This record gives sequence, C-alpha cells and structure tokens, in this order.
Amino acid sequence: MCLAVPLQILRIDGREALCGHRGLEVRARVDLLEDAAVGDWVLVHAGFAIAVVDPAEAAEVWSLVGEVTGRGVG
Amino acid sequence: MEVCGTHSHAVGRHGLRQLLPDSVELVSGPGCPVCVTTAGQVELALELARRGAMVATFGDMMRVPGPSGSLAGARAAGGDVRVVYSPQQALELAAREPGREVVFVAVGFETTAPAVAAVAKQAPAAGPSGFSLLGLHKLVPPALEALVADEEVALDGLLCPGHVSVVIGSEAYRPLAERWRMPCVVAGFEPEDILLGVAMLLAQIADERAEVENAYPRAVRPEGNPRALALMEEVFEPTEAEWRGLGSLPDSGLKLRGAYAALDARERFGLAVVAAPEPPGCRCGDVLRGRLRPAECGLFGGACTPARPVGPCMVSSEGACAAAYKYERTQVVRG
Amino acid sequence: MDEGVVTLAHGGGGSLMAELLAARVLPVLGVAEAGEDAAGVGRGLLMTTDSFVVKPLVFPGSDIGRMAVYGTVNDLAMRGGWPRAMTVGLIVEEGLSLDVLDQVVASLAAAAQECGVKIVGGDTKVLEAGRGDGLYINTTGLAEALLAERDLPSLGRARPGDAVLINGPVGEHGIAVLAAREQLGFAAEVRSDCAPLHEMARALIEELGTGVHCLHDPTRGGLAAALNEIALASGVGMRLEEGAIPRRAAVEAACELLGLDALQVANEGKMVAVVEEGMAERALKVLRADERGREGAVIGEVTEGVAGRVELVTELGTTRIVDMPSGELLPRIC
Repeated sequence: MCLAVPLQILRIDGREALCGHRGLEVRARVDLLEDAAVGDWVLVHAGFAIAVVDPAEAAEVWSLVGEVTGRGVG
Repeated sequence: MEVCGTHSHAVGRHGLRQLLPDSVELVSGPGCPVCVTTAGQVELALELARRGAMVATFGDMMRVPGPSGSLAGARAAGGDVRVVYSPQQALELAAREPGREVVFVAVGFETTAPAVAAVAKQAPAAGPSGFSLLGLHKLVPPALEALVADEEVALDGLLCPGHVSVVIGSEAYRPLAERWRMPCVVAGFEPEDILLGVAMLLAQIADERAEVENAYPRAVRPEGNPRALALMEEVFEPTEAEWRGLGSLPDSGLKLRGAYAALDARERFGLAVVAAPEPPGCRCGDVLRGRLRPAECGLFGGACTPARPVGPCMVSSEGACAAAYKYERTQVVRG
Repeated sequence: MDEGVVTLAHGGGGSLMAELLAARVLPVLGVAEAGEDAAGVGRGLLMTTDSFVVKPLVFPGSDIGRMAVYGTVNDLAMRGGWPRAMTVGLIVEEGLSLDVLDQVVASLAAAAQECGVKIVGGDTKVLEAGRGDGLYINTTGLAEALLAERDLPSLGRARPGDAVLINGPVGEHGIAVLAAREQLGFAAEVRSDCAPLHEMARALIEELGTGVHCLHDPTRGGLAAALNEIALASGVGMRLEEGAIPRRAAVEAACELLGLDALQVANEGKMVAVVEEGMAERALKVLRADERGREGAVIGEVTEGVAGRVELVTELGTTRIVDMPSGELLPRIC
C-alpha cells in the first residue's frame, strides 16, 4: 500500500495544483510539500502530492538490478 | 516478507515469483490497511449508513465483509454510501449538502493519514458542521515489530513499503535492523524496483548484514516528509488499535487529538466497537501474519473467492489471497 | 457473502452476474443459447436485446443514445448478423431536461441512419423523480444472418491453435465515462471508443467465412470478461502477450491512478475475433483496412491448456492469469 502515481505539476493555485502526464490531468493538493514548483514531478496519492520525485532515476533501476544480481533479468 | 499490499498486487500482476530462485520465498504480510481492519471496525461504518449518514469511503472498503454485510450491501439496501478518491472530496460532498451528516471512513497507513489530517485541519474552520471522520488509521512500524518478533514466521528479510516510507522515512526501520538484526530494504512498485529490493535483501543476507537500505531513493528520504509528519502529529495521536490477525497493538493506530476530537464520528454518534467474531473457517489472521499461505486456507478458491469473499484478504485487490487467486492460482474455479 | 438482494456488483458483467443469471434467470426462462451476443430465431434471422444504463448520459465521444444503437448493432454483428431493424424503449426519469432528451433522441436517429438500421417501433415510460439515472434505454435488434445458423461465429467455437485478435486499444470507454463523472477529480484525453462494428465484422466473414470462429465485444467487464467467456464456453485455454495488446498512454495512466486493470475496463467500439489457425494475417489485414481497426493486432492464441483459463505472458516473460472480473469496477487508493 499504496497507490501513488508520478505526475508533473502543470499549474499551481494556492494549495491545489493541476498535475498531469500522458494526457491525464488530476487535481491534487500540494500543501504536504515544502516547495513544489511547476514542472516538478510529484507522487500523487488519494488526491494529495506526498513527495517530489526524480523521474530520471527510474530509468536506472533496471541496470541496478543487473549490478546487484550480477546478471540481467527475464 | 513484503508488508505492502501494493507490493503483493504488483508481485502477482507481473508474475515476479517466477523470476526468483527456488530458495527464495516471498511471503505477503499485513500490508493492506483494508485487510487489517477488523470486522467490528467495518461494522461501525455500516452502523453509520444505517443511521442515515452519508458514508464517504475509498473504493477499497466497499466490499469488505463485516458481520452484517458490506458497505456495498448497505448501499444496495438504500444506504447513502459514496465512493471517493480523496478525503477532500468527502469534505466537498459535505459542503454541498449542509444539514446532512457526512462521515469519511479514514482507512490507511501513514501514506494516507497526512492527507486526512490536512482535510481535518480545514474542516472546523471552513467546513460544514455535519462532517466527521471515522478514524481507522493504523501505523506500520508497530506491526513490523510484532511480525519480526513472531518466531513461527521466522523472516530473513523485510521488503519495506515504498509509499509509507515516503512519509515516515527509511530511518523508521532502523530499530528493526539494529534491535532485531533484520535486513530491511525500502522498495518502489515497478517490477524492477521490487526485484532490486529483493536482490539487495539477498545480498545483505549473504553478507550477514542487517541494515536499512533504500532502493527507492527517487521518492524516499531518510527523514521522510517532515511536513506531512508534522501535520499528522498535530491532528492525530497514537492509540492502541486492533489489527485483524495481529490482535491489539499499543500505539499502532491514530485517533484525533485536541480540538480535532470534535470531528470524531465515534463520539458524535456514540458508537462503540462491538467485538465481532471472524467468519468460521476464515484464516485471514494467519495469512496476514505470514503463518499460512493463501492456498493453504481451507476456504481459498472454494467458499472464498473475489466474487464471494469471506475475509478481507480476498476482497481487497491487494490482499494476499486476492493477489494469489487472481494471478497465480493453478486451477480454474468456475464462476 | 450473499446479502439477499441484488447489488451493483451483479451488474458488473463478471462472474457475479453470470452466477445470478445461471442460478435464477436462465433456467427459469428456458434460454437455450445463454451468453451469446445474439440468437438465431430461424428463417435466417437473428435477434438480440440490450439495455443501456450509463452515468453521465453524455460523455466525451458519445452519449447514451448513440451507445444504444451501436451496442445493439454490435451484438448482432458479433453473431454474424447484418443489422436491419430495431425498437427502442425509453424509461425516463421525471425531471430529465428536455434538451437532454432531444440530444439523446437525435443521437439515436443519427446513429441508426449511419448504420442503415430502421427504428421500427418503441415504447416510452416515465418514472417518478429519484428512481432512475435520468434515462434508461432498452432495445431489441433484428438482423439477417450472413451465414447458415450452424456456421455463425459463436462463443463456443474457439479451438486450440486459433488466433485471437482485437481491433484497437482497450479501456477507452470506461475511462472516458469515469473521467466525465467529475467527483473523481481527474480529466483524461480519452474519448469513448463508441463505434458500430458491423462493417468490420461482415468484412471478416466475407474474407474468412467459417474461419471466423468467435466474435465478441468486450463491453462491461472489459477484455478480461470477454476472453474468459469465450474460453469457458469453448472449453479451451488462451495465452495472450501483454506487449501485443494495444493500449493508450492516457488510459494506462488513468488506470494506474485509480488502481484499475485496463483489461477489465469497458469498451464500446472493440471486438475480439478468434479465427482459425493460419488465418491471422488475413484477418489482421481486414481489420486494419477499416478505420476502426487501424490499430488492430494479434494478441494471443487459443491453447489446449486448462479449460476456461486465460493466461497472460507479461513483458517480463512471466505468466499470470487474467481473471474473470468479479463485479463493480471500484477505484482504489491502496
């Protein structure tokens, strides 16, 4: 638990933001974050952004799996 | 053991057990906040619906069976039960219908509690007077301690829940690593995240290390989300809570504190939890503890299926039994 | 747990609905060809009935009127029929805006004309306010069978070795409707895929004749329900390739957000075709020649595995079951 999706902040309106990705747009509250700026990627859970994330790191995970196990997967 | 229902679901959906060596067994634990809600706690929500309140709930809770049925059943019988995606929507529903009693069923671990706290903070000032919360939040670390101490289960490593950790931070697991010598790795939810987490656990076990490692650094920091934690602290305080399968654990639940106690639905409606027995033959408790595999439960796949769940492990898409049935069962059960 | 009443889950198009029908409805009514999209009634004719319940009534890409016509046309087409005529029953809730009624009726008329189907009759009833979702539509459709009754595509004709195809990406209709409901707080660049499929179905039958074993539209319960129904009725297994199933990025993103499985989300302009081994390429060509089949793909095959079991080979190379959905599609946060 729990479901949270990475989305990019498109617009901020006080404590709410419009976040989107791949044609999806979601209203989410950003008041759980210290500083969230337009363009940041955030994890949205139950209508709230709970963290700012670094999407570039996601791409590296597969190679890390290979490093740790000493082999590829699949 | 993984203790996150979203991990259980992802493992099933991607068939990840097939990629693990035979010597590794990934067991599902009590990681689904819906699954660990007791029948008596579900009954509180049902009672509210019966009393004419508008009950706003996450979709996850709709089909969980309590002693007198489920919220979906309550809706079918004419109760006003609404599915919401966010606690904010529950407050908005209340604002749109002044004069109605609207209760939000607040289920979830630390991932969800800050959001509910934020909404609770708004409610007295800006919100309508008919809004209240049925607080059923639970905290993960106390449950982990109970599991790690369980000799029958004998875990070698813990795959820690990624999104709970976003809030509480990876350092929250240090006592487990240090006091109990339990390898801990915080993992994300993509298949590669989970595999990395398992690989890192195996590396720790092979090296005879017991550390807290973070395999989800893109989202999880050692200190977590301080603002979210502060908000939780302001609105809630830890309290003893009953967990299906684990019994009563001290300081493992959250209750509204101070001025926010005025939002407590139990007070407002004068509700007390009635001890409700688990359905006969239901082994959810043992499955949640990792003492029993889903397929080992006598009801699995026969009397208990996702269409007709007996216990919560089968209802919730994240329950260990639902994940096992939907993705991994080896025999087709008709219907 | 049986609660002594019908619940929304019974309407989900999945196993609970199948059970309800099998236990309480079909045996009493003496329905022979239960489960098929339309029935042969002799004299080269096929008949079907359908009811349309959707909230909101109007959503991106379509509305209940258009859905009612296409849905009926498609049921007939899935059984190898060329739709000719239909009747329309309107059950209207007191208080429905006349503008909305006009829009829906105009839609019905336009869709019927588009499909070359005559609306030959109907009925209208009005319910008290509070007792309906604005408007329900029930239809009965009539078609000419394109083949002799025994050669018509049927849910029970899939055989090991057959190829399984679909004409485009899954999950658009269900997501478009959920997005239009507003209280979930999300919008998506997704329009309902609502479309008539009779021309594509006829083209397949003209090209492959009795090589078209099954045609089935994955409406409520999604692709998962449709494939499980075929596998169960035919007593065969199926194996799908996850990577081969066409998907839209926006639909996937919405499913991730709400915790839904795209394979269980409703479609209104898709059809599954199960064709004889060796005919996959020709079938694919036919689908792609139609504007509604441009993204058509071969997504799997029928196997001799456990009867009724649909398996999916994931993009990781692992295998998992595609289960028959059990009930209401509920968004989740956990």
